[in-house]
Amino acid sequence: MATVAGTLAHHENSGVWSWLTTVDHKRIGALYGITAFSFFMWGGVQALLVRTQLAVPHGAVVDAKLYNELFTMHALTMIFLAVMPLGASFQNFLIPLMIGARDVAFPRLNALSYWVFFGGAVLLTASFFFEAPGGGWFNYAPLSEKEFSPGLGIDFYVVGLMVLGISSLMAALNFAVTIINMRAPGMTMMRLPVFIWMSLIISFLLILALPPLTVALIQLLFDRQFGTHFFIAGEGGDPILWQHLFWVFGHPEVYILILPAMGIVSEVIPVFSRKPLFGYPAIVFAGMAIAFLGWAVWSHHMFTTGMGAVPRTIFATNTMIIAIPTGVKVFNWLGTMYGGNIRFNTAMSFAVAFIALFTIGGISGVMHASPPVDGQHQDTYFVVAHLHYVLVGGAVTGIFSGIYYWFPKMTGRFLDEKLGMVHFWLWFIGVNLTFFPMHYLGLLGMPRRIYTYDAGLNWGFWNMAETIGAFTIAAGVLIFVINFFRSMGQEKTAEANPWGAATLEWATSSPPPEHDFDVVPVVRSRDPLWYDRDHNIAPAEPTGEHIHLPPPSYYPILMATGVVLMAMGPLSHLALTAVGVLIVVYGIWGWALEPTE
Amino acid sequence: MERIRRVRLNTSARRLLPLLLLSILVALTVACDAPMSTAVIAGSDNRLIWGPYTLIMWMAMITFVLTMLLTAYLSIAYRERPGRVAQQIHGNTRLEVLWTLIPVAIVVVMAVPTITTIQQQATVPPDAMKVIAIGHQWWFEFQYPDNGGVITANELHIPEGKTVAFDVRSTDVIHAFWVPQLAGKIDMMPGHVNKIHFSADKARPEPYLGQCAELCGYSHANMRFRVFVDTQADFDKWVANAKADAKAPVSPLAKQGAEIFSRSACIGCHTVAGTAAQAKLGPSLTHLGARTTIAAGTLENNEANLQKWIHNSADIKPGSKMPPMGTSAGGTLSDDEIKAVAAYLLELK
Repeated sequence: MATVAGTLAHHENSGVWSWLTTVDHKRIGALYGITAFSFFMWGGVQALLVRTQLAVPHGAVVDAKLYNELFTMHALTMIFLAVMPLGASFQNFLIPLMIGARDVAFPRLNALSYWVFFGGAVLLTASFFFEAPGGGWFNYAPLSEKEFSPGLGIDFYVVGLMVLGISSLMAALNFAVTIINMRAPGMTMMRLPVFIWMSLIISFLLILALPPLTVALIQLLFDRQFGTHFFIAGEGGDPILWQHLFWVFGHPEVYILILPAMGIVSEVIPVFSRKPLFGYPAIVFAGMAIAFLGWAVWSHHMFTTGMGAVPRTIFATNTMIIAIPTGVKVFNWLGTMYGGNIRFNTAMSFAVAFIALFTIGGISGVMHASPPVDGQHQDTYFVVAHLHYVLVGGAVTGIFSGIYYWFPKMTGRFLDEKLGMVHFWLWFIGVNLTFFPMHYLGLLGMPRRIYTYDAGLNWGFWNMAETIGAFTIAAGVLIFVINFFRSMGQEKTAEANPWGAATLEWATSSPPPEHDFDVVPVVRSRDPLWYDRDHNIAPAEPTGEHIHLPPPSYYPILMATGVVLMAMGPLSHLALTAVGVLIVVYGIWGWALEPTE
Repeated sequence: MERIRRVRLNTSARRLLPLLLLSILVALTVACDAPMSTAVIAGSDNRLIWGPYTLIMWMAMITFVLTMLLTAYLSIAYRERPGRVAQQIHGNTRLEVLWTLIPVAIVVVMAVPTITTIQQQATVPPDAMKVIAIGHQWWFEFQYPDNGGVITANELHIPEGKTVAFDVRSTDVIHAFWVPQLAGKIDMMPGHVNKIHFSADKARPEPYLGQCAELCGYSHANMRFRVFVDTQADFDKWVANAKADAKAPVSPLAKQGAEIFSRSACIGCHTVAGTAAQAKLGPSLTHLGARTTIAAGTLENNEANLQKWIHNSADIKPGSKMPPMGTSAGGTLSDDEIKAVAAYLLELK
């Protein structure tokens, strides 16, 4: 123990500087979480403005241009600045703890991922001071070309997503290496917690999905900055190229958003049902199957582009097949609840709501897998309903389940259960009131991305209901924020394993020490803590071995500054890019020579 | 005890809420008559679509209800009870194979009618009438190569029961051509010619509503069009009129308007067949007076609206490519001149 304390004494543990230079995966997880949740609320404000505009026919809260910017930025904010980094927040905090490691494989790279994300997020959001992108989150060419969007908006989109892509790519490589190489003794692949499996799958999805997006972004950047014609019909280019490149990224991206939530509920449901996960191998392989099939379905976003009967048939069939592994997962979660002794606290309520809401999104997804049906669904509110059931009812509901579940581990404190249940019911009712009527509006022919509509179309009533629903959701989130700050003001009372969970992160104190585990745990089962409990195996005593922890470093934040400056070049003057390159090169130099003790 | 009661209330509410919503929605779908409802079948393509759609909708609803009931049942039946011990089950191969096969069966049942419908949608009858539909920011152009080369905008006329085969194109960004009650949508892609065909069931006086469905810029929401389904006789009459050159103005005001029109910026973009105005950037105005709407189907075609439009079209349609014409908006025409031009255009029946 003396050595442990000795090692820790090297590091400054408080103050702003310690946060700017931290390489501790738990602190980086916290930074990710707080940043992403702030952007989640900002994306929510944008959504409320959109919903207020649409509440009545001929709404006049915002004009057409601002409306396009709001729904575009709402999507970009929620996808790239909220849901993805919230997933990364859990991954940062949990991957080392759940596999019995002391940190990720590359701690400084981890810090770099966060700071690049932070810079990219601020850069993209700053577009509101100039002109925000207004071409929708999939930003179809040629509307995104200079001729039709001469302002800075699309340039912000291009460089913002490039910077965020760099961050995601580094994080994904880091997590994949960590999971494969840094597992505790006995933690075989088929003993990995499902959340870790999903994280590994997401990492590979990101590593493979970001390159096609980057290619598309670079081509668009060149079209806009240097006069190339990649997406301009009649000058040798083709707008359909953008769609293929974007959706080869965009569809796996959907799984990148939803798989963390699937991982979270796969941890929460067994713990509160007080029994092991039903059909662990099936859930793992179903996750892999979803990710694998996710590469062969991108053109189902393009059924109306005139792609002919054969590709329509192939992509429809591939898409429908994804329903099979998805169905397997849902049934396995329900199978886990069967025969249990279910404790319905807030975390479990969110997890069960996830099953229900995600299933609704899954069912509507299978509906427009049929190209003829999609001819009526495409670009209507039916699709908006579908994607929000998957991403809000699915991903975000799962994330809330995870927040309530791991909050004691992350902070040593509990979130209040009463406020938690108020949050839950406002959320559950709000989500359904907002998004269920969208199916119906889609059926009534309401196209998405319209800032105004006529009274005679019978769309008014349900639009008003949805707007009320959106404010109900906002009220729920507000309750959560109050709950968060109340809890943070209280004493740390959480013991190591307050829920009686089975996975390794609950073997260490709440919150865990900087070095995570005094002794690296030995894993004897898929549910290690339950196995040790049932076989009366006591945790090993500390041996006094030297624990090496990497020292803090300011090179990550320095390099991130360089990356953001590089990205600002196309927005202002290319000289900024040159300055950014110099900073990055200097950062790499210093990084490489930085002492590790 | 109180805790348990609360849990029971919560879970039954969770079960009831989606069911309640669903039944309201189903009832309204049947009852409601919305002009753009995809569930109203008035054309051949939409009829083809509702073959697999009906089946898939029923399967989706049944799956939805059963899954929700199962979730609610498990939540209630296995909720925390004093003395209850969770059964330590790790899995059940037979059960898992079964619930892998259930989705397989559902997928097969959905895929077969889907694939046959895709084939049917791709088969064009040989005697179809050809129409070229072109998307512009933010209006629709329609050309009739089989009917003497008629060119019109935003109001499509087709004869009842006759299959119309559309060549769908765009001159600028991607738009989509969509008349929900008649057919599914097809994108208007720059550099591509997309195809869609359908017939409308019956002639009726009120038009079917169409709208652009692909984000195309500021006025995406204001890019609409109307489809008039005529009897063959009415359609022939409409073609005969639409083919002809513009009528000469009659009233003194309209005559003055024609004169102003011919010396203003108007002729830089618009065509009025039989006059000096032959430009093709904006919609053809040869028979504007015969159209029921202006501004891509968003406004009734009357004097007041036309004047407003000519004065500054961007007030009505944000981003409009037509420059403001009224002097107070930065153009060259006085209010009186605009009145005259509007009178002229309304006489172009």
